[in-house]
Amino acid sequence: MFSNILIWFVIVPVLMMIGLAFCDNSNMKAIRGVMVAGSTVLLAMSIWLVVDFLGLRAAGDTSEMLYMGSWMWYAPLNIHLAVGVDGISVLMLLLSGIIVFAGTFASWKIDPLPKNFFLWFCLLSTGVFGFFISIDMFTMFMFYEVALIPMYLLIGVWGTGRKEYSAMKLTLMLMGGSAFLMLGLLGIYWHGTPEGGVHTWNILEISHNASIDPSWQNLLFCFTFVGFGVLGAMFPFHTWSPDGHACAPTAVSMLHAGVLMKLGGYGCFRIAIFLCPAAAQELSWIFIILTGISVVYGAFSACVQTDLKYINAYSSVSHCGMVLFAILMLNQTAMTGGILQMLSHGLMTALFFALIGMIYGRTHTRDIREMGGMMQIMPYLGVCYMIAGFASLGLPGLSGFVAEMTIFFGAFEHSELFYRFFVIAGTSSIVITAVYILRVVGKVILGPVQNEHHRELTDAAWWERLATVTLIVCLAGIGFFPNWLNETIRVSFEPIINALNSVF
Amino acid sequence: MDYSQFGAMLPELIILGLFFVVFLADTFSKEGEKKWLTPFTTILFLLSTVAIWLIPASGETIFGGMYVDDTACKAMKAILNIGVFIVFLQAAEWTESDEMIVRKGEFYELILVTLFGMYLMISARHFLIFIIGLESASLPLAALVAFNKKHYESHEAAIKYILTAVFSSAILMAGLSYIYALSGGSLYFADIAKAVTEGTRSGLLIVGLAFLIAGIGFKLSLVPFHLWTADVYQGAPTAVTSYLSVVSKGAAAYAFFIIFVQVFGAVFSDLWEWMMYAVIILTITVGNLFAMRQKNMKRFMAFSSISQAGYIMLGVMAGNLGLASMMFYIFVYIVSNLGAFAVIAAIESKTGKVGMDDYDGLHKTNPWLSFVMTLAMFSLAGIPPFAGFFSKILIFTSVTASNSMALYMLVLVALINTIISLYYYLLVVKAIWIKPGEAKIERFDSTRCERVGLVICVLGIVFFGLVPYIYDYCYEAVKTAYGILI
Repeated sequence: MFSNILIWFVIVPVLMMIGLAFCDNSNMKAIRGVMVAGSTVLLAMSIWLVVDFLGLRAAGDTSEMLYMGSWMWYAPLNIHLAVGVDGISVLMLLLSGIIVFAGTFASWKIDPLPKNFFLWFCLLSTGVFGFFISIDMFTMFMFYEVALIPMYLLIGVWGTGRKEYSAMKLTLMLMGGSAFLMLGLLGIYWHGTPEGGVHTWNILEISHNASIDPSWQNLLFCFTFVGFGVLGAMFPFHTWSPDGHACAPTAVSMLHAGVLMKLGGYGCFRIAIFLCPAAAQELSWIFIILTGISVVYGAFSACVQTDLKYINAYSSVSHCGMVLFAILMLNQTAMTGGILQMLSHGLMTALFFALIGMIYGRTHTRDIREMGGMMQIMPYLGVCYMIAGFASLGLPGLSGFVAEMTIFFGAFEHSELFYRFFVIAGTSSIVITAVYILRVVGKVILGPVQNEHHRELTDAAWWERLATVTLIVCLAGIGFFPNWLNETIRVSFEPIINALNSVF
Repeated sequence: MDYSQFGAMLPELIILGLFFVVFLADTFSKEGEKKWLTPFTTILFLLSTVAIWLIPASGETIFGGMYVDDTACKAMKAILNIGVFIVFLQAAEWTESDEMIVRKGEFYELILVTLFGMYLMISARHFLIFIIGLESASLPLAALVAFNKKHYESHEAAIKYILTAVFSSAILMAGLSYIYALSGGSLYFADIAKAVTEGTRSGLLIVGLAFLIAGIGFKLSLVPFHLWTADVYQGAPTAVTSYLSVVSKGAAAYAFFIIFVQVFGAVFSDLWEWMMYAVIILTITVGNLFAMRQKNMKRFMAFSSISQAGYIMLGVMAGNLGLASMMFYIFVYIVSNLGAFAVIAAIESKTGKVGMDDYDGLHKTNPWLSFVMTLAMFSLAGIPPFAGFFSKILIFTSVTASNSMALYMLVLVALINTIISLYYYLLVVKAIWIKPGEAKIERFDSTRCERVGLVICVLGIVFFGLVPYIYDYCYEAVKTAYGILI
């Protein structure tokens, strides 16, 4: 069991938690030591995994999932701890590794109770990593919930603003989604095996069996898609997102918007679409309407906000809506674009939240009306903010452009009027994004200095520079060399596309 | 009469023997020299618990089929024993108080007698034995509820408890008399099961079943038979409340399962599925809705335990697979609920505070108690990686095994209710960790016994979900005794 590399993605955060448990709240050095060591190991592991994965693929290993492992857990119900990764999960692990690493540095000076903060932060990371390595629905769901619950305390204790309200709202709405999700998973478990077979939670086995009755598929697809869709901030279940992100501490906003919301999109295609393909073909139009609304509505809402974090949170609703929108197009190009968008949005939004946290830590305000001229005061952070903004509005050379282009190319493959209408509506969001990004850049970064006291503020410290540089390098990396990503993702979608095509 | 038959009742004999030892020790020790009685009883009880875990079930049916000692019954008894052991650890400090010191022997004796009654309820295969068990499990409890002699609430609670207990027994008897008539004059479970399978679905049977549900429903505090719960839980001494809320509920739930699934299983979908369907939905929902507004921790736990009883009852909708999940649920419920009660009891005995507002900022002064309380709340709410998550999911999985749409909807209602319950469990977490201001409870050290109890609860919460040992144990026990079909 321990010889499998994937298991260590869960074990390392747990070890970090154990290490932290022995630290004292006042001993900041020890806490930072554990966190930096652990997150560096995680980042190194995820980079190694990507390299090794690509190596194996290049050597001609074409099996659906690699590094597979399966260990019996609850034998009576055939629950396994089953792991395995394809190209998409490998990239998601890499994304999580990067953001956990950057998040550690972004919360360098967390206060109060640093030890407890990092304990919950590590539990959150355990859930995120565990989710991406699982191919057993039960463990997947377990890790999913493990990732949700620390949010309550992380926002409630270390957040800002209306934190109690936001924390409760976020937790309850996400758990509400997981209630529907659980019912869907139970249905898939009991229907996913032909008569007389041993019931299984294993996603690959269920998809090979392909034995779910179409009428049940419709129901189960709706349950699972809505369940994951809540986390993917699908309209009308997105309302937790702006409040939650705005009130969360920096590192948590980063991890949540950067990775946790991707759990939703990932689950949507890995479970809802993969296991209920007939229903996906039949019912995707409902969710295309909903996600189409998310994309446009999120962008418009961002235009009128005055709090930097709210602007970014609504922009996340819009961009994550785009992820689900792309996945629902049910063709390889658009879905590949969806994954690229996940990566791009994950890095970009983490960068945004990190920068906003750094600016807020200095100015103690996030209201754009009270700020201005950051370029003169803290040029480093100003430049970073502009880079993040350009990535968000899809400037070529950065990741956003690649992702959105691929999505709209894929979406245009559908020639029906219905699809055309929503694709055109979706593209309009690019323009609206430019409006709200440039508004902030013009006002806060480049505009005149609003508050003379701000002139005394300092620019980024080394740990802040480290966090931002890591993210910017990745953003530009995707923008300049999208090809290898594109191929990896494309190939990984083949089983899902085959399942979808075998319906007709 | 063949007295060797009694040899098959080993668990009962152990408890009865323990009762006599404690009784004699209590009687012949001098007033004021009873300090040793607490460790003495607790250690002996621990030994008996280990013995009951280890000795294999005889699998015999004795007294002409009135009593059975099979693996499932034994497993259930062992689980209850763990609960009682934790209760003893929690109660240790309370029994040392001035008011209690002379009467602490009685506390242990009464608990042991009720435990004996519960054992009989579990193993009964004849309604007479069942009634004897039920009565000896509930009447001494009234004395325990009234144990705080000088507290007016304690007396009020005892009166309420004894009246409802007697009333529910009367209803139960009335129901039984109809069943007796139907079965052609037999109270053996086997005979009744045969009569029910072969006989017609008469009105008498419906009324009889409804009365049975009502009668046992009182013990389990299922809605609409729950009205006594909150007042009794609030008024009773905390150690007794925790005993009432977990152990007595667990035994009644097991007996309920045996009676309904094994005796009346043939008329499940015709007659009582819908009754239980409604009762479960009501129990979970009403318990949750009332728990949200409680400010007193003991009342809060009362309503939370009403709703938990609804989840336990989901097991009866799922056949023998449900029984295994239900037993596991009861185990997890025991460790989680007792973990919460241990904190409440420790704080109450040190400071006398039981309001939820008093817990504001608790983590600043008592980080370990805060930690245990948080774990217990998460486990009760069904949050992974704690045991409560696994027990909930396993019970939901067993209920949906039959693939009937109605049961899927039942699970959906239960799942949505977990969100409501999460809300109020988080209120406690919020009070402890998030509420600003100075802590209202000053720093104190818990006693050694309390610590041992807390450690056991934490181990149960953290490990026995991740390690499927207890679930496998329950599953194997049920499979050996009754067989399981998936």
